[in-house]
Amino acid sequence: MMRVALKGLAGRKLRSGLTAVAIILGVAMVSGTYILTDTIENGFGAVATQAYKSSDAVISPKTGFGDEQTGAGGFPAAVLDGVRRVPAVRAAAGSIVDEARLIDRGGDVLGGGSAPPLAFGIDPRGDESLTPLQVTDGELPARSGEIAIGKATAQDEGYAIGDTIEVATSGPSRNFRIVGLAELGGVGSLGGSTIAVFELRTAQSLFDKQGKLDLVRVAGDDGVTPGELLSAMSAQLPPTVQLRTGEAQAAAETDESSENLELVNYFLLAFGAIALFVGSFVIANTLSITIAQRTRELATLRTLGASRRQVLISIVVESLVVGLLASIAGLLLGLGLAQGLNALLVGVGIDLPSSGTVFATRTVIVSLLVGVIITLLASIRPAVRATRVPPIAAVRDGAVLPPSRLERHGPATALLVLALAVAALLLGTVAGGLATGSRLLLCGVGAILLFVGIALVAPRVVKPLASVLGWPATRIGGFAGRLARANSTRNPSRTASTAAALMIGLTLVTFVAILGQGLRGTFVDSVDELFVADYALTAESGFAALPPEIEQAAAATPGVQLVSAVRSGSAKLGAEDVDVSAVDRRIGDAMQIDWHRGSDAVAAQLGRDGAFVTHDWAQEHDLSVGSPLQIATPTGKTLRLTVRGIWREPKGGSPFGELAISHAAFADGFPRPRNDLTFVNMDGGVSAASSAALERGLDGFPHAKVQTGEEFKDAQVAQFAQMLNVLYVLLALSVIVSLFGIVNTLVLTVFERTRELGMLRAVGMSRRQVRRMIRHESIITALLGATLGILAGVLLAALVSQALADEGVAFAIPYGSLVAFLVAAVIVGLLAAILPARRAARLNVLRALQYE
Amino acid sequence: MHFSTAAQAVDVQDEQPRVRVAARDITRRYGSGENAVDALRGVSLSIVEGELVAVMGPSGSGKSTLMHLLAGLDTPTGGEIWIDSTQIGALGDSALTELRRRHVGFIFQFFNLLPMLTAEENIRLSLDLAGERGDHDWVEELITRVGLGDRRRHRPAELSGGQQQRVAVARALVSRPTVVFADEPTGNLDSKTSAEILELLRQAVDEYGQTTVMVTHDPTAAAIADRILFLADGQIVKQLGRSTAADVIAALEEVSRS
Repeated sequence: MMRVALKGLAGRKLRSGLTAVAIILGVAMVSGTYILTDTIENGFGAVATQAYKSSDAVISPKTGFGDEQTGAGGFPAAVLDGVRRVPAVRAAAGSIVDEARLIDRGGDVLGGGSAPPLAFGIDPRGDESLTPLQVTDGELPARSGEIAIGKATAQDEGYAIGDTIEVATSGPSRNFRIVGLAELGGVGSLGGSTIAVFELRTAQSLFDKQGKLDLVRVAGDDGVTPGELLSAMSAQLPPTVQLRTGEAQAAAETDESSENLELVNYFLLAFGAIALFVGSFVIANTLSITIAQRTRELATLRTLGASRRQVLISIVVESLVVGLLASIAGLLLGLGLAQGLNALLVGVGIDLPSSGTVFATRTVIVSLLVGVIITLLASIRPAVRATRVPPIAAVRDGAVLPPSRLERHGPATALLVLALAVAALLLGTVAGGLATGSRLLLCGVGAILLFVGIALVAPRVVKPLASVLGWPATRIGGFAGRLARANSTRNPSRTASTAAALMIGLTLVTFVAILGQGLRGTFVDSVDELFVADYALTAESGFAALPPEIEQAAAATPGVQLVSAVRSGSAKLGAEDVDVSAVDRRIGDAMQIDWHRGSDAVAAQLGRDGAFVTHDWAQEHDLSVGSPLQIATPTGKTLRLTVRGIWREPKGGSPFGELAISHAAFADGFPRPRNDLTFVNMDGGVSAASSAALERGLDGFPHAKVQTGEEFKDAQVAQFAQMLNVLYVLLALSVIVSLFGIVNTLVLTVFERTRELGMLRAVGMSRRQVRRMIRHESIITALLGATLGILAGVLLAALVSQALADEGVAFAIPYGSLVAFLVAAVIVGLLAAILPARRAARLNVLRALQYE
Repeated sequence: MHFSTAAQAVDVQDEQPRVRVAARDITRRYGSGENAVDALRGVSLSIVEGELVAVMGPSGSGKSTLMHLLAGLDTPTGGEIWIDSTQIGALGDSALTELRRRHVGFIFQFFNLLPMLTAEENIRLSLDLAGERGDHDWVEELITRVGLGDRRRHRPAELSGGQQQRVAVARALVSRPTVVFADEPTGNLDSKTSAEILELLRQAVDEYGQTTVMVTHDPTAAAIADRILFLADGQIVKQLGRSTAADVIAALEEVSRS
């Protein structure tokens, strides 16, 4: 029986191959995701390991809340002197770690937008083994005015030793002379990061860290274990610093990036899961068709004495083999897909370091298991149906499978599933009183049930829908188009499940498009509402904000009336994180604040202890004007504040955190303030002359971007559109899987209708007409899927935006996008028809006529 | 019953009956080398307008091959075939398609109707494929002629085997083809319905002057033919004029013995 199964598989290579594609793509997404994130994680690990390779111990500043490492402002340099006095210490070197942008000759910032532009301050007289960098050419900078840059950057951008390069840190940019090239060893690619190395004291003054250090690397005497070294040193250290072994420090830094990577991982895996879900539809459908076509063969096996069990096993073994082979292929394809995914991330500015492709055992195991299990699950229903083939079908002509139990109770089951889906979705979205986690779970389960429910109902709507959707086919395709429309309703359940696979992808695409439109709309509204200044200055690359010094430069520009900056940081109110913004006295002239209590005068008179808060946050924390507040800041200080005003934040968000304080108060508690947004008003408002004047005035800040309100809005919206495009690209994978589902069904259909095609050719159908007929049937199927998908997507989006209405998500239908999706579905149909249409057209008329 | 069209068909006939299908020394070899099988070894024939020719012979005699070649479904290894003045051996796929649309009608053993089309739509199939409206009266007449006036909107699944084959006969006639090929038209029917279909075929010849070639196993079917060709081992070994079923059986026995 086993042999029958395997032989059968080999005899149906094309079908098995097409079935496999459905699994291959999903598995490739899973394995590609793992490979990509493992590789990036390895890259981070390599950077960190390399950085602390020869350090037995590392001293770093203790930060209140984890991630503000470079922002914490370091610790007193005296710590280094103390450490050096510890007898077990052989050598110790202090360094500055910060960010500095390299500006190319054209005035543009080098490196990617999302990766930090690394800057180091290194003592040139320090122990060479205690630096993370390897100098490949020249030497480390020993004087102010000198710099060493990353070798890769130098090569890519054409810089050599002796050249000067512009560097932007805090304050206006300055020129430095390149004296050396360096690299972080052991790392294949730093992603979008650049490297700038300065002499220690230069760095301290550049980064406003006079008398401070960010990091001290320590090497112990020979024979001293790191443990002994740590305990010997710990007595010497102030409580504001963190003492770790080199390894522990590397691990701590890697952990941080791993957490972020994990998000990326789950995000991408979700799309793999969707593709696999679609794949399971395709497999189940293909197997059902194959089994229907093999009725006589299966019945013959039964008459020859095969038991139901053996029939079941033969089908399951067949799927197992297909699933396994497909999973292996998918696993390998993942290697290529990982590159593609990386390119996608780089495309949206997430350029991460990497070093050598990592192909972990876990990747292999998970990919193979997932692929095989999904295939097996999808094969169960068809396999069970196969066991119901009665032996008598072997001798009966045109025997059909007995209807399955599910089919007999079809309408009831379908309605039940749909009702459950809607209930789960309503509970997850509109009903209140549930935690976000369980809401999301309900929505997820609801969506899956919705898909299954629609797939069950679909056979009943295929006929009416196809007659509408097939109308263009009858107009364009002539008689072949009319036949195509008739064909598409010949086996409604088959057409329905083929279309259902495409439906899933289109539901999600529609959902994303509608929510995106809604979010975009509220965002634009809030910018329109808030933004009254003429210009906003922001950093060219999103990673870090502009230095406050830009305010002086802007103020000194002729024609500038007002400069008002918004800075931000995060603090703690008890155990809770609070986003804190700093505003200056004239913020009311730059932004239109909708006061609930207070007025622009509140902002003007905040002083060192005043604060204004958003209405929602005030209600949540039961605050009113006059309420006292205490927040803990990253520098370890406590700010005592009083609520002076309450304002209503627009639904689309604002540049302000929940809590806004004055620049002066902010400077007390937050290290090295940065401007998120710097608003500028000019004499005569927005004009080409104003823009030009402002650009000229900010010459010293090449990484600053001057935007009008409209430009600011457009830039943000463009970023938003880019994120949507990423989602579309990732969802395209599942659409491609369903495309293969259509190919599969059509190939099987052509095979099944061989004799009929022969007859059509015999009575005068041309090859062109055959191709056209198949093509239109394919398009009608795709349009069915698209229509169901768009409807389901609109429904889902309506529910979810209803649920998120308070968060500012409006329900808006992007009609243009929906039309584009329909067009995309037609293209999917066209592509899917290529192979089957060619096969159908090439049928030998005579052989087709004699075919049974 | 007499129809005006039938009368016209007789009127325009020349004194000398026109040859509608002709074959000269056609051979058909399948495979090559030692495994080669010669299905036809030199067959020549000509079929004139309004003639009903039956082709008989034991299995493997080459009768199906002959029909496929005459209908342009297969290409001969040697020899020439004409349908009217067209030599079909030289035609490409599109020209052959065109030929089948306008000059050839088919009737199959298993009816081969399109299940999703109604009886009427099935009858109109070759007109619709050609994108032609066709002669409305003619289509109506055919529908009435084959006795499906009240079933024209039925789909094949709702029709009996005999009714399905009537649809198939009308479908073959609808384009007024030069020649109709019927491949075992009664092979899948009981004797009563067989008789009805045969009568229909004979009427088409008599009343419309429809040239017809029928391949059959069935001596009763052959008995309606004007001429019966007997094939054995890829050659025409005997010809009969109008004969009774008994004559045909005798001839078949003779052919099989030799």
